[in-house]
Amino acid sequence: MSRILGWVAALALAAGLVMAFGVAPREITQGNVQRIMYLHVPTVLVAYLAFAVVFVASIVYLWRRDPAADRLAHASAEIGVIFTGVTIAAGAIWGKPTWGTWWTWDARLTSVAILFVMYLGYLLLRSMIEDGERAARYSAVLGIIAALDVPLVHFSVYWWRTLHQAPALLRPGPATMPRDIVLALLANVVAFALLYAYFMVKRVGVLRREEEAAA
Amino acid sequence: MTYARRAFIVLWKDVVTERRSKATLNALLFFSLLLLFVFQFTLGTDREHFVTALPGLLWLGFVLSGLLALGRTFLVERENDCWDGLLLAPGDKSAIYLGKVAANLVLMLVVEAILLALFAFFFNVDIGRALPALALVLPLGTLGFAAVGTLFAAMTAQVRAREVLFPVLLLPVEVPVLLGAIKATEAALLGEPLSAVAPWLQLLVAADVVYLVAGLLTFDALLEG
Repeated sequence: MSRILGWVAALALAAGLVMAFGVAPREITQGNVQRIMYLHVPTVLVAYLAFAVVFVASIVYLWRRDPAADRLAHASAEIGVIFTGVTIAAGAIWGKPTWGTWWTWDARLTSVAILFVMYLGYLLLRSMIEDGERAARYSAVLGIIAALDVPLVHFSVYWWRTLHQAPALLRPGPATMPRDIVLALLANVVAFALLYAYFMVKRVGVLRREEEAAA
Repeated sequence: MTYARRAFIVLWKDVVTERRSKATLNALLFFSLLLLFVFQFTLGTDREHFVTALPGLLWLGFVLSGLLALGRTFLVERENDCWDGLLLAPGDKSAIYLGKVAANLVLMLVVEAILLALFAFFFNVDIGRALPALALVLPLGTLGFAAVGTLFAAMTAQVRAREVLFPVLLLPVEVPVLLGAIKATEAALLGEPLSAVAPWLQLLVAADVVYLVAGLLTFDALLEG
């Protein structure tokens, strides 16, 4: 089952590459650098999805005390942090030629950076507690607080300053991008979502076996 | 005994303990004074520079002393098994959380008031005009800080490396509160009407409510075992 999912994800990623480099046209002003978007946008969307999963799984854990929910939250937080890291790295590589700087304290960069350290803290807390049951409870509380904080961080940092391009995809009204670019982007979003699902299955399996071995 | 009464008893107990021992308060005041020296050394004597940085510096002072104060919230209960006694109290345990938040709020506000006076004295800042506005902004910001801080203090009290972990967990979560509080304090110090920063005040209120409710609902989960 997980092997099939892995192959599907790999195929989707390959298709995403073909879409990003073959089908999608070269952007006029930015040139080929713009193609980084096909990595940057899907990873950040999947990272948000991952943190949403942490939130829901944390609530379920506190409610039902099901270790499976805790493993889900744990795995999802790890993968979310990785994807956020990829987003930041890809964004920096894109930002250097486009904005002329690796990093700037723009609203969305800042809020993603805060998200990144918040969930790094979450993983740090987990690693500091030996007792599995207590680690699960504490992390669940932190997972809930962190998720509730995301909209607050978003608004506060947005009012604080902004320079980032307005999102061209997830917003009301018709898309402003050519159809092929949108398709390439969507293909990559699906591909990275599948990759996330595959990582989740694998990581949750490892966590379960670790718990069995410790028991 | 009602819920409010139980929360109040926890608050009262902490206030009385602090008034008699002054352990945390004395250390915090000394620490705040040292912070002022550090700010002075880093910024030099450039007056204009200093005035623009003032709201941020004030909150940096509040946050740093707050980290020290909040981190101790549940450590004091370790002596003489006080913690077990607290837990034996009947009824909803979130009353303990509420009382502890209130106690931390009081402690931090006292430190903030003194730090504010020290700022005015050492840096020759006229804060008289801004006092009514600050009387609103400081409690709003501090409540958000204390609500999460108290929760995380309970969380890290029993974790190794808690001194490191506590600020590492708390600071990123507090970014909205800090931004809002600094912007509102800036407006207050510049003598602008608070209506100019109404969105920030609304954000602070929203953050306070979200954190308090989340804290009340999840505190129980931190206590078992």
